[in-house]
Amino acid sequence: MEILALVKRVPATDSKIKVGPDGKSIDPAGLDFVLNPYDEHALEQALQTKESQGGSVTVMCYGPPEAKKDLRTCLAMGADKAILLQQGTEQVDGLSLSILFAEKVKEQGYEIVFCGTQSVDNDEGQIGPRLASLLSWACVTDASSFEVLDGGWRASRDIEGGKEALSGGLPVVVTCSKGLNEPRYPNLKGIMAAKKKPLEELEAVLTESQIEVVALTPPPQRPAPSILGEGPDAVTALMDKLQNEAKVL
Amino acid sequence: MSKDVVVFIEQREGSIKKTSFEALSLARELATELGGQPTAVLIGAQVEGLCSQVSAYGATKIYTVEAPALAQYSGDGYAAALMSCVARSEPRVVLLAHTAMGKDLAPRVAALAKTGLVSDATSVRVADGTIECSKPVYAGKAYRTLRAKKAPLFISLRPNTHAKSEAAASAERIQVDAPEAGFLSIVDEILPLSSERVPLQEAAVIVSGGRGLKDADGFKLVEDLAAAFGPGGAAVGASRAVVDAGWRPHSEQVGQTGKVVSPTLYIALGISGAIQHLAGMSTAKFIVAVNKDKEAPIFKIANYGIVGDLFAVVPKMIEAIKAVKGK
Repeated sequence: MEILALVKRVPATDSKIKVGPDGKSIDPAGLDFVLNPYDEHALEQALQTKESQGGSVTVMCYGPPEAKKDLRTCLAMGADKAILLQQGTEQVDGLSLSILFAEKVKEQGYEIVFCGTQSVDNDEGQIGPRLASLLSWACVTDASSFEVLDGGWRASRDIEGGKEALSGGLPVVVTCSKGLNEPRYPNLKGIMAAKKKPLEELEAVLTESQIEVVALTPPPQRPAPSILGEGPDAVTALMDKLQNEAKVL
Repeated sequence: MSKDVVVFIEQREGSIKKTSFEALSLARELATELGGQPTAVLIGAQVEGLCSQVSAYGATKIYTVEAPALAQYSGDGYAAALMSCVARSEPRVVLLAHTAMGKDLAPRVAALAKTGLVSDATSVRVADGTIECSKPVYAGKAYRTLRAKKAPLFISLRPNTHAKSEAAASAERIQVDAPEAGFLSIVDEILPLSSERVPLQEAAVIVSGGRGLKDADGFKLVEDLAAAFGPGGAAVGASRAVVDAGWRPHSEQVGQTGKVVSPTLYIALGISGAIQHLAGMSTAKFIVAVNKDKEAPIFKIANYGIVGDLFAVVPKMIEAIKAVKGK
């Protein structure tokens, strides 16, 4: 089974975000970049699927040259092959990126694609379900369990107030949530082996984005904070505020 | 091409999601400015009975797609059904709720329509004749303003960010043929969580606990305070530290790698306020924090803070809330 895991390089979740001089993008100075946390779960699920079904795992990233470091980490975790789709200067959106990935999936003949439920930079969650639509494949988004059975799959996902149990046939796109698995750490043997595994760089040709970024701004200011007091005695003041000022009780 | 604003009305078992009414209220405003019609789409096994609820919020056109195979949500089945309605309407905007169903459905239909999608928008307006949205990025550490280059623009709207308001209208009904059955993915079963619990993303009140509770047993204080708001009154959330320690399931995690919530009232107990946590709840209308460390970052964004020992303060809060709710 040919398995693909899509990954992205994003600012670490403890980063402080500053708006860059163009007023539309972030200032990357001083930021640490990491593999998108949800993508670690996607790669782990890809590796577990290979372990149970056989085949090989390719990890693919649309990103800058620095993302090769993250792809090496994926190879050290156990992926067999990595592909970097070279990021250009053009603006991308969910539409143009998913079209790019759909072309690659068709070219390479993958049967199952795992990606993170969303990337923690854009917080969109578009790529997986868009890809499934473009390929006319089944799709599970935000999977909290997933297993391949003969010729098909079974999965579950969290919905408001419950869980959905769903099933379908292959091929399938699965977007992975945090509760799905526990991503493995690369061990020394994996890190050594990763150096010899293929990491291919390909030019990415993108269609035009349908969305224009007008501005990036800091979040709206919250009202001035206030500390009402210390210990249980402050509860009276709190109740007064909640009832008479916030009017939420 | 019409100037209409289409809203996908999310329903499960005949019960319509509150955010769909919020989206419909927004659609009415946008349609007025654009000179089009607020248009609703209802998909399911039997949805005719829901039309009156939808027109009560001002939809002047309602597309219905009915088939036994659409009784439960199917990603590809619903995508094909919604796409048929979008193709008939040729609207400027398609609005969905940013819920488990909306997150799954919006990108699929946007792909079929070969157009753009803004996920998790917190505000939408008409600017210079174009549709403009704002949405949090980097889990709310920044906001991005986006404009449509092409119609329709798909938008999934974050729950609790636009007030719902009724405005009764009489609606034209249009039946649209259902897609052929034999869907690629099928929901076999819905397993409900405890029925007294409100889903985290829909809750008006969230009581959330962090490491300050000391252990899984201590976390009971959070549940007790939530329960004081009455059945269905408040949801329980947790910090990442607590989830990673195994005290609570990941489904309760609030923050950058958990749920992003926007309740009216968020009560943070023993949560210091790591930047990843603040990212998940800083759009709450009112934030209450109780923490023993007066330097904790949570106090920088809390409307109301109490410095002190949780195990002394929270029981008194429970008593006080019960007294108010019991009236």
